[in-house]
Amino acid sequence: MALNPSDQASTGMFFPTQTPGTVLCCTCGVVMAPNPANMCVKCLRSRVDITEGLPRQAVVNFCPDCSSYLQPPNKWLRFNLDSQELLHFLVKRLHTRFSRLVTLTHAEFMFTEPHSKRIKIRLRVRREVMNGAILEQPHIVEFVVHDKLCLSCSRLQANPDQWVAAVQLRQHVPHRRTFLFLEQLILRHGAATRAVRIADAPHGLDFFFASRSHAIRFVDFVNSVAPVQYRTDKQLVSHDPKSNVYNYKHTFSVEISPICREDLICLPPKVAHSLGNLGPLVICTKVSNSIVLMDPFTLRVAYLNATQYWSDPFRPLLSSRQLVEYSILDIEPESDIVTVGGSRYQLAYVQVARMSDFSNVFTVKTHLGHLLNVGDNALGYDLFGANPNDMEMDKYKGLVLPDCVLMKKSYEEARARRSGKQRNFKLKRLDTEVEPTGGRKGEDDKRNDEYQKFIEDLEENPELRFNISLYKNDNYEPSEMGSSMADAEEIPSVPVEELVADLEGLDIGDGQDQE
Amino acid sequence: MATRLQFENNCEVGVFSKLTNKYCLVAIGGSESFYSVFESELAGVIPVVKTSIAGTRIVGRMCAGNKNGLLLPHTTTDQELQHIRNCLPDEVVVQRVEERLSALGNCVACNDHVALTHPDLDRETEELIADVLGVEVFRQTIAGNILVGSYCVFSNRGGLVHPHTSIEDLDELSTLLQVPLVAGTVNRGSEVIAGGMTVNDWTAFCGSDTTATELSVIESVFKLREAQPTAIVDEMRRSLIDTYV
Repeated sequence: MALNPSDQASTGMFFPTQTPGTVLCCTCGVVMAPNPANMCVKCLRSRVDITEGLPRQAVVNFCPDCSSYLQPPNKWLRFNLDSQELLHFLVKRLHTRFSRLVTLTHAEFMFTEPHSKRIKIRLRVRREVMNGAILEQPHIVEFVVHDKLCLSCSRLQANPDQWVAAVQLRQHVPHRRTFLFLEQLILRHGAATRAVRIADAPHGLDFFFASRSHAIRFVDFVNSVAPVQYRTDKQLVSHDPKSNVYNYKHTFSVEISPICREDLICLPPKVAHSLGNLGPLVICTKVSNSIVLMDPFTLRVAYLNATQYWSDPFRPLLSSRQLVEYSILDIEPESDIVTVGGSRYQLAYVQVARMSDFSNVFTVKTHLGHLLNVGDNALGYDLFGANPNDMEMDKYKGLVLPDCVLMKKSYEEARARRSGKQRNFKLKRLDTEVEPTGGRKGEDDKRNDEYQKFIEDLEENPELRFNISLYKNDNYEPSEMGSSMADAEEIPSVPVEELVADLEGLDIGDGQDQE
Repeated sequence: MATRLQFENNCEVGVFSKLTNKYCLVAIGGSESFYSVFESELAGVIPVVKTSIAGTRIVGRMCAGNKNGLLLPHTTTDQELQHIRNCLPDEVVVQRVEERLSALGNCVACNDHVALTHPDLDRETEELIADVLGVEVFRQTIAGNILVGSYCVFSNRGGLVHPHTSIEDLDELSTLLQVPLVAGTVNRGSEVIAGGMTVNDWTAFCGSDTTATELSVIESVFKLREAQPTAIVDEMRRSLIDTYV
């Protein structure tokens, strides 16, 4: 009847305020405000029970291994105890049975002991009774939790080493640098978190997964970070003829291209022609999901992606194991510093001699003019002394090979001075099962050497560190650096801003003292 | 004293009967039980007339009256009109009203001095009410309802209105009617007061669903506890003797 003040002003009429009166409840005589039933709430509640017909007990299945709850018929969902999602799940399980009787206003958990296998929730339900009066009442439902192993956990219990899909990652080169780098990438992106087992294999790694989709995800990840080709096969394990269910073991055989960074390659004539007559001698500067090839004498860069490479695969001529140390005797820059393919280079003529043999002095062109000074040491490929046995090279008639191709600056002397000092970062390793080396004792030393070289590589090249997490080394004492500041400028090291704090070492637990 | 009864198993007593200080109209039921309750209360004091109005049994809702007169809708048949005129005392003026709203009992609530009517009642009807019933007429609504005859009941002693009536409305009505008013229910929470009960100055009849609380409210507001029919009649006789002198 009463209009609100704004309406009053517009119509110009005056409406007096209306105070609701009180009546006596018709059953018990207590004073109350009038309602459609004209009975006080207590009398209404004693007369009508709106929770009649609602379930008071229900059953829910719980898998103790993976702490997930069953949503029939066969879907298992993971929830924490006393979480909002669990509340929604339980209410939804009841919903069908009482949605036609009452409406639900509010739901919350009641306290139960965690080991009692009972979950109690308190719901507020609402229904219309009598002549339109709406009654709201709390209602308690108790869920009995039955333990039942879900299908995947029971399979795991029966055979813990059971795998459904395996990815065999292989690269047919004598060194393991690629796998060390891949391992860091995998750790950073968490691509192998679903792997059941990881095992070392000759020339590669094996990853085992519990489902085919996990394996496919991993293969896609590797495909995006390295130029690979793969094939897939499956083997029948069991077969249920009545429901036509076939269980397979899937294997993915993934082969990474043998071309690595700092390799010297002699391109086959067809590939060289397709890349625009790129000089047959090229070096590989970067490998991600495509291979970047650069001609060191003309600073021309070409890209080969995985399909292009694998349609016409070629092997490197010389790889980084065969690098030889040279001493720079004289350097004469020829052109300015240019940026090609994301890195800076400068063409220069240098006079070099091998550290082992100062009698032979070579004059060669190099792309590292911006890095090298007289008296420096550099690592390069010794084509003068090498005996290349490459079928592709023979196809070129009249090919003149340079005496040496310099690859990178050498920091060996500086490192030798620093030997024994710790680095300011450390890396995490993947948890692999290493096969027993048996009689091959040299294998361990070789692996350690490779690991050291890999770490040195990381220090020298910032673009390699881009996709890797380097963790702060808590044991590192920077005070020692103060004594040899001169050294610090020569050796490349990782700046502190790039380091990530290692959170796994921290012991974050529930404090006993919650003040 | 308030009595609880039923008309053919229905608790809406005010629909099937009309009680005033001078006469009582009841509907014709299948058994005589309804009529006999009224007879046992009122025999000898006022006439109890069994009738129908417009061929219907809902006599309480079709007519409006007090001790001075009785108004019947235009649908009343001539035989019914004659029968009622014969049975009622001569002082009571029986009049048929030409009115679009023919359920006069729902549209008009009155005692011997004041009447509340439906806001849309005709002007002529209003004048007729003032004339025949000898009352002052007010157009009103009760808790937003226009059927004042259904949602309130009042006698010369007190009145009962719809439970949702606000306090300001209650005060206003009380000033108009000059009797104490209370908001309450009848027949276990029913808001249609006049349909559930009928009352005069010394007695009331309610549906059998009426709870003890409601009954006590009715008895207190209409002041039925100390009322005896003889006391009222003596008062009337005393005033009559005064005039003679």
